[in-house]
Amino acid sequence: MKKYILDCVVVANIPLNKRYFLLRVSHPSPFPRMLPGQFVELRVDNSSDVLLRRPISIHDMNYETNEMDLLVQIVGAGTLKMSELKKGDLLNMIAPLGNSFSMPTIDMKHVLLVGGGVGVAPLLLLGRVLQQYSCKVSFLLGARTASDLVQLDSFSQYGEVYLTTEDATVGEKGFVTNHSLLKNKVFDKIYTCGPTPMMKAISAYAKTNNIECEVSLENTMACGFGVCLCCVTDTTEGHKCVCTEGPVFNLTTLKW
Amino acid sequence: MVDLGINIGNLQLKNPVMTASGTFGYGTEFSDFFDISALGGIIIKGTTLHHREGNPYPRMAETPAGMLNAVGLQNKGVEYFITSIYPSLKTIDTHVLVNVSGSTIEEYVQAAEKINDLDKIPAIELNISCPNVKKGGMGFGTSCASAAEVVKAVRKVYTKSIMVKLSPNVTNIAEIAQAVEAEGADSVSLINTLLGMAVDAEKQKPVLSTITGGLSGPCVKPIALRMVWQVAKAVNIPIVGLGGIMNATDAIEFMLVGASAVQIGTANFIDPTVSLKIVNGIEAYLQKHNYSSVKDIIGLIK
Ligand SMILES: Cc1cc2nc3c(=O)[nH]c(=O)nc-3n(C[C@H](O)[C@H](O)[C@H](O)COP(=O)(O)OP(=O)(O)OC[C@H]3O[C@@H](n4cnc5c(N)ncnc54)[C@H](O)[C@@H]3O)c2cc1C
Ligand SMILES: Cc1cc2nc3c(=O)[nH]c(=O)nc-3n(C[C@H](O)[C@H](O)[C@H](O)COP(=O)(O)O)c2cc1C
Ligand code: FES
Repeated sequence: MKKYILDCVVVANIPLNKRYFLLRVSHPSPFPRMLPGQFVELRVDNSSDVLLRRPISIHDMNYETNEMDLLVQIVGAGTLKMSELKKGDLLNMIAPLGNSFSMPTIDMKHVLLVGGGVGVAPLLLLGRVLQQYSCKVSFLLGARTASDLVQLDSFSQYGEVYLTTEDATVGEKGFVTNHSLLKNKVFDKIYTCGPTPMMKAISAYAKTNNIECEVSLENTMACGFGVCLCCVTDTTEGHKCVCTEGPVFNLTTLKW
Repeated sequence: MVDLGINIGNLQLKNPVMTASGTFGYGTEFSDFFDISALGGIIIKGTTLHHREGNPYPRMAETPAGMLNAVGLQNKGVEYFITSIYPSLKTIDTHVLVNVSGSTIEEYVQAAEKINDLDKIPAIELNISCPNVKKGGMGFGTSCASAAEVVKAVRKVYTKSIMVKLSPNVTNIAEIAQAVEAEGADSVSLINTLLGMAVDAEKQKPVLSTITGGLSGPCVKPIALRMVWQVAKAVNIPIVGLGGIMNATDAIEFMLVGASAVQIGTANFIDPTVSLKIVNGIEAYLQKHNYSSVKDIIGLIK
């Protein structure tokens, strides 16, 4: 897919809780098509404080209004600066980047989307696109505490939503892998994005139950478009770049 | 009209801006962003005789005004380059140089020999920063004797232009430059990355899988400028300057201290079109200061 360098305009920056915010951006000309699982590389400011771009998943796309949503968690200087962006500010991005989640095959009746923390971000656009398929969609979303579970109304537009929190403030207590939903192994495919330990646990579940599984990795990146070779993950075919050959990998190719 | 053309030995560049090895892939990755034929030249990523998987992840750490990398020369080997990559480079209307690395002298020689046969490649950049496996892992480029030894051996088999890329991890870089000049290097490029380290205080662990890695980006520019200035006084062959160049002003600074051309590295990650902007920026600078040729500003600072 052709990559573009886009000077986007911030339409809204909505705090969702202390650490999460939703950044809505637009562009003077229509956005190119973006696939679920793809990401953008944001130029946060022009200081060398935050030198490299920051990779952020495409959370949602609205081609009618020509708006892109990004769901971001503040973890350091770059994401903090992003949280301070105001309506009308410019935000330079390279997009779209990476491969995408692959679509379910016709025989798949029920797919499960498992997200942890800010890893839920790419699952919304995936849920939206999955609407065009006849399979049933369920979301299993986990976080530390209730206030970290964000965008639930948006997710529930596209499927049933199941929740876990570590402190039992909402949903079942514990990690997503402890959720009772996983006891009935009716899923034909699992898509997952979140902290590595969570994705590894979900992958183990998928393997044991012979369920096809795609995971989205978040390796640290310098370029995001395949030239620095910093972002590699070890696969059955050697080192592969997460930014161009991922971020989505079929579980069978990973050495997990 | 300002003349941006410059010669690096017998290599004629349409302008003094090239891209640095390991930061520009095979060039083709940038074709979505701009026409790379507008550059003076591109230097493709480090190529070795045999396939190398490189180092384990994590390979990157951002540091104040810079980054550390520990890619470890991941590449599919020179044969793969020749059969799968080289054909697609033939349409690029600028010089394409291959950056050659090795762990032994023989590896350098064999890789260079194969590249010598490729019509479209007018020069190689010899990366002598690699550890010499036969001599206890010390970088070839860290002693005059071993740096000279590599260049001498490659000179025997490689008939076109040789640019030797110097390591900054030495006490006296001018001596190394003189040593490679004496063995027939056509030009030198400097600097490669500086050895550095990043630590995660929370995890109480190094960030990189290899513990140490190569520092690049704006934070290295003062060191790179100093080294180019020192080497300019010590050798007669042309110098290609790099290290932390982010814009045209940075590039001009390198030329003022003696570089005939420059390379753009880490900056490509931040703005993929930066090298083209630097070509235009140099031209604007020359116009503003009433120079007719870019050659007029080389080495103005003695
Ligand atoms: C393909 C991809 C998609 C991503 N999508 C999103 C998203 O939709 N929303 C979101 O909030 N974040 C996302 N991330 C993670 C995001 O890129 C990092 O959190 C961000 O770069 C941190 O920048 P910073 O300057 O705020 O923090 P830094 O100061 O750079 O780092 C602060 C802390 O965060 C850790 N960190 C840095 N980069 C990463 C990373 N890539 N993964 C995990 N931890 C990291 C560091 O180790 C450090 O401990 C994604 C990452 C990738 C690779
Ligand atoms: C990710 C990365 C990979 C690199 N790979 C190579 C390489 O294969 N061969 C080489 O000679 N230099 C390599 N370098 C060094 C650069 O070519 C350059 O010398 C250095 O980064 C300093 O320039 P800069 O500050 O403009 O980036 C690499 C640098 C980076 C950041
Ligand atoms: S981040 Fe540079 S190759 Fe993937």
